[in-house]
Formats: sequence, C-alpha cells, structure tokens
Amino acid sequence: MQSTAHDFKDNVGTALADPNLQDSLAKLKVGFSERRRQAAERLPEFEALRDCARDIKNHALANLDFYLEEFERKVIALGGHVHWAPTADDARRIIGDLCKSVGARTVAKSKSMVAEEIALNEHLEALGIAPIETDLGEYIIQLRHEPPSHIIAPAVHLTKDQVADTFFEHHAPLGFTKRLTERNDLVAEARHVLRQKFLDADVGLTGANFLVAETGSSMLVTNEGNADLSNTLPKMHIVLASIEKVIPTLEDAAVLLRVLARSATGQESSAYTTLNTGPKRADDLDGPSAYHVVLLDNGRSSVLGTKMQDMLRCIRCGACMNHCPVYGAIGGHAYGWVYPGPIGAVLTPQLIGVEEAGDLPNASTFCGRCESVCPVRIPLPGLMRHWREREFERHLTPRAVRQGLALWSWLVRRPKLYRWATQMANRLLSMFGRAEGRYRSLPLAGGWTRFRDFPAPPAGGTFHAQWARHGGARVRP
Amino acid sequence: MPSIDRPSPPRRVALFVTCLVDLFRPVVGFAAVKLLEDAGCTVEIPPLQVCCGQPAYNSGDRASTRAIAAQVIDAFEGFEAVVAPSGSCGGMLAHHYPGLFDDDPVMKARAENLAHRSYELMSFLVDVLGVDKVTARYDGTATYHDSCSGLRELGVKQQPRRLLQSVQGLRLKEMKSPEVCCGFGGTFCVKYPEISNAMVGEKSADIAETEADTLLAGDLGCLMNMAGKLQREGRRVRVRHVAEVLADMGGQAAIGEPEAQHGPVRR
Repeated sequence: MQSTAHDFKDNVGTALADPNLQDSLAKLKVGFSERRRQAAERLPEFEALRDCARDIKNHALANLDFYLEEFERKVIALGGHVHWAPTADDARRIIGDLCKSVGARTVAKSKSMVAEEIALNEHLEALGIAPIETDLGEYIIQLRHEPPSHIIAPAVHLTKDQVADTFFEHHAPLGFTKRLTERNDLVAEARHVLRQKFLDADVGLTGANFLVAETGSSMLVTNEGNADLSNTLPKMHIVLASIEKVIPTLEDAAVLLRVLARSATGQESSAYTTLNTGPKRADDLDGPSAYHVVLLDNGRSSVLGTKMQDMLRCIRCGACMNHCPVYGAIGGHAYGWVYPGPIGAVLTPQLIGVEEAGDLPNASTFCGRCESVCPVRIPLPGLMRHWREREFERHLTPRAVRQGLALWSWLVRRPKLYRWATQMANRLLSMFGRAEGRYRSLPLAGGWTRFRDFPAPPAGGTFHAQWARHGGARVRP
Repeated sequence: MPSIDRPSPPRRVALFVTCLVDLFRPVVGFAAVKLLEDAGCTVEIPPLQVCCGQPAYNSGDRASTRAIAAQVIDAFEGFEAVVAPSGSCGGMLAHHYPGLFDDDPVMKARAENLAHRSYELMSFLVDVLGVDKVTARYDGTATYHDSCSGLRELGVKQQPRRLLQSVQGLRLKEMKSPEVCCGFGGTFCVKYPEISNAMVGEKSADIAETEADTLLAGDLGCLMNMAGKLQREGRRVRVRHVAEVLADMGGQAAIGEPEAQHGPVRR
C-alpha cells in the first residue's frame, strides 16, 4: 500500500472535515470501549490474564528462532510447506508463484493486515489474478477501492448509507436492482454475491492470529466464518503471517484468545475460532490438497533485542485505537498506511521508515489510555517517545521546534535568569490581559489561540516572586 | 521493639510549584501550601526548582531532559517528600526520571530516591497523610476532569472527589467521560492544533452537558486548555484547580476571567 503518512497533517484536515467519517467515529468511540469495559469486568482474572498474555509473547519473542523452526518442522511433517519471506517483495513473489502454479484465476481472501502491508492485491491483479475479499468490511472497501481504516473493522469509517450506495452501484449489474437500506438485507445480499465466489476460487488465502509451534497449526478468529470457507473450499490454502505470530503451545493460544476477543469487541470469544493443521488428509471429507505458510519478516527481526521489541507482542485486537482520542478524532486513513492508531504510530516508522512516518509518534498527547487497555501491556506511549528521540537525534524534528527547545532548556538551566524572564512574561501577560482576563490572539501562540482563548495571569507576579516578597512566609491571596 | 506499623507520615515537605502554576496561576501554589500546612506539614519551596523537563522529554530531547532532571534532583535533595499540584509533573518525577539515567548508576540511584519521595498533591494528602476532609466552602455545582498522567500513572481518581465531598455548598456532577484526554498534551496542542481542538471541543460539550457551573481538575495545563475552549465557545463555566476550592481559595477570579475592579484581595 502506498503510504501517505508524510501528508499526515493534510490527511487530518480532510478527516476532520468529513461528516460521514465523524458520524462513524462518534459511534465507534462509545461502542467499542464500553463493550470492552463490560467484558473485562465480567472476568475477575482479566488483569492477571493480561500479565500471562504479555509473558507468553515475551517468551515467544525471546526464543523466536526456536519456535519458528519448530513450527516449520511440524508443518512439513503434516505435508505442508513453509516459505520464508525476508521482505514484502519476497512474500509477493512467493504467493504469486504459488497462485500461478495452480493456474489460479481468483483467490478468495480472508481479512489479513499483513496482506495489506505487502500490497498483495495490487500484485495479484498485475498478474491477472482476481483477489476477492470475503470479510464483509474488506469486501465493502474493495468495491470502493479504499484501504482499511481499522485493523479489525476495516470499513468502520463508512456509514450504512454509504454501504447501501456502494452495493447498489456494484451489485446492480449482477441482478440486484433494488437499493437496500436495512442492515440485515445488505448482509444477505453480500453473502449471496460472495457464496459463488467462494465456490469458484482456486486459492484461499488467510492471515493468522497465531501460529502454534507445538502443532504446526495456524489459528484464525473471525465473526463471519468467511475464513473457514476460504480455507476449506479451494484446492490450495496459503497462510500469510508475520514471524511474531508464533507462540509455543495450544494452551498459550487459549490464554491469548481469552484476552483477544474481549479487548477487541468485548465478546467473550469470537464466533469462529479455526485451527488449520496441514493439508487435507486421506480420510478428511474436505480441505485443501496443498497447504502453504508464508512467514514474513519485513523488518521485524531487526527490532528483536532492542528497546522497541515490545511492539512485537501486539496481537492486533485494535483496543489501542478504539480507546485513542486521536484516532477517535481523525479515524484510520489519516495515519496514511496499513496500521493506524497507537500501534500504527509505533509500527509504521519501523516498517516504512521514520522519515516517512515521523508525524505518527508525535501525534499523541501521551494520555496513556492505549497502554491501559492493551491486552499484552505494550508500553505504547514509551515506544512513541523512543521514536521521537530517534527523530531528534537524526535532526528530523522541525527546526523551529529544535531551536525553541534549545533556547527554553538553556533558560531552564539558569534558574535566576529564568525567574527574571518568567516574571517579565507574567507582568506583560497580566498587564495587557487584565481587562478581559484572557487573550483571543497572542503573538507566537497562534496554534493555541486559533481555537481557544489564552488565560492571562492575575496581577501580583509569579508564585516565586510573591513567595520571595514575603520571605517565604505563608501568604493568602 | 521495632515497630511494624506504617512509618509516620513525612512532615518536612518540598512543594514543586511547577512552571505553569508559577507563571499563570500562583494561587494554586498558595492553596497547596495551605492544604499541606493544615495537614501538619512544614512546607518549603526550594529556590533552585524550575521545570520538570517534560517539554524536552516529550519532544525527544533526551540530553536536555537529563540535564534538567539532574537540576531538579539537586533542588529536592534531603526532603522527606516532594509534592506537586500536578499529576503530570508528579508523574515525571515519580515514574520517568530513573529511566533517564540507565547508564549512570549514581544518578539513577538518586533519581530513584527522588521518585520514591515524589507525589501528586491529592494523592499525598489522602493516601499518605490520611486527610479525609477539608474546611472550605464553595457554592455551586462542579464537574471533575481526570487528568491523564495523574489518573493512569499515579492512580489519582477518588482522592480529589473524597475531599471535595467535604466542601460545604458544593455538589459534584460527573461528566460522561471524565477520563478521556482533553487534548492538551503539552506541545501537542500547538503542534497538532486541529486534532487538539477536536478533542477539547468534545470535552467542552461533555462538560456543558453536566450543566455544572465549575470545572475542576488537578493539572493546570489541562485546565488552561479546557478554560480557553469553553470561553471561546462562550460557555459560562468557571474553571479552577481543585486545590483552590479545597483550600477555601475559590474566591479569586477563575482561570481566564477578569479580576474584580478592586483587584485581588490580598493579605
């Protein structure tokens, strides 16, 4: 996917001016966080489970080479194949070759953020292979030629009316000539259109929520069952997953599943949890005859052993963006690439470069709500701060900011001079702002006064000046 | 015989005034002094203190942050407790300083020592000193905004509310989302003014819906942001730091309001 992260500020302007998006975000902000809160409250051991989940992922990451090789061994023993893809390019090429090897014309895809990351659809289309998104949200945005705006709810930026228009436009040529408006009718129509595509698909491609090393299984959770049709009907099943998805055991998967759905949607468990363990066996009634797993690195292994490693614990529940007031204001597209919200602000600079995505880790108040709900306790604000430090070291921070900071920190380290300067500032602000008590505009503070008044300090001087005047004695204003 | 009881609460306390209180709202500093003295503390204001360094820290300027932190650590050497009328600055001392000195064991030990002695004012009064009521009067209905750092780094939530319950004449009315960020975020509010504005606009609507006549919180940055937005929108809500009300100093003009003709009443 082509990044527009460098245009973050312009993207923000567009997002804030989009009434449909703002409508959708208003619902998202309340819905997801409330359901997650209730789900967490219903489970007394939820906080302890978050600790377990964090520890499982930390252990897996500390021994990532071992578990990946164990996983590979198991998949091969089951009759499947494992492909190692160091880069996005490698992954695209491997998947393209696999599709060509069976003469595929269509690929039924179950929602995969990693497929977005490597821009798989564009690659398949260039090869003359039609990728068909089977997750309802992904299907909608594929029709609209839009990227996902959320990692678990890709079409969350759209209103029901927009979906109705899109279906009417695209389904009419297929014989669905009535513009539907009811939610259930829209779903039924999509189901009808998609069913034949499942049956026709030559290859099924899915992501994976977890790769289980001890069994060689890939695990998928969905609420629509589309993944199960994608991986049982076609003759070839390709699993595309990034390397940090591997965990040691099924028991570990059970712990992670307990925090995943609750954090994501507030469900106790997603509607469908599927384990794919190798190709169809002789006495299986159905399933793919060929089973391939493509393991993508794409820069992740370079984070191992660094302070940034914590970002690889992510299990892609979306809780951080559901609770982020910045995401809630601007939605996912403004972030400009595949992963939005706080985890996107941390991952994107790693995956496509901090020069491209430098705004993302800066566009946060560090309110900490993301960290407070993350099921694997990723210190997201801390990781964003690490990026800000990398930017500062490499002089990527805007010059005006650097110069302002340099002057300010020079002053702060000279307390006497600082006292004098603040006392002067206090007097001026107080004198000129006395009549109104505040300023509607103020030189050098346009970023503030464009949207808010700036309070003037009351007469009498700074606290330290007043305190010194009274010899440190207790004073009562 | 050694006692296994809780150690007696510290008495010689340093007030970390914070740069925003110093410059824009001195009454908060005096209110903090009064609350601490009323609770039996001797309060000192170490003259070397300036800013905790967050503007540099949150902008990625680690070298400046370390230099400023070292100065703050010097300034507060020897006090039993360091108390700030701010969860954000208190959290900086209590949570973030030690991590700045991972490569310097001597400074790290000093930073950790300061971290263990650092508190946000409400939490210090209630959790450490055991204060459960104040003598104050404030006629009106207030709503309380939970500032992010105080809430999530220091667990400040019930303490201010408990103390506010003892203020005569005051009624508390909660917002729908008191824990959602107001959009201040230090330099964030001027680096990304449109996002900040969307956030504080939502906060302002939430405040207005309570129909409270007063907004209280424990961090001056958030208060100035919310006051500025409420006033720009023409909403008649008085905005004050919670310490002002608890210290019975709620008579001064609210944040961003003009002072009375005769000037501030002092001494």
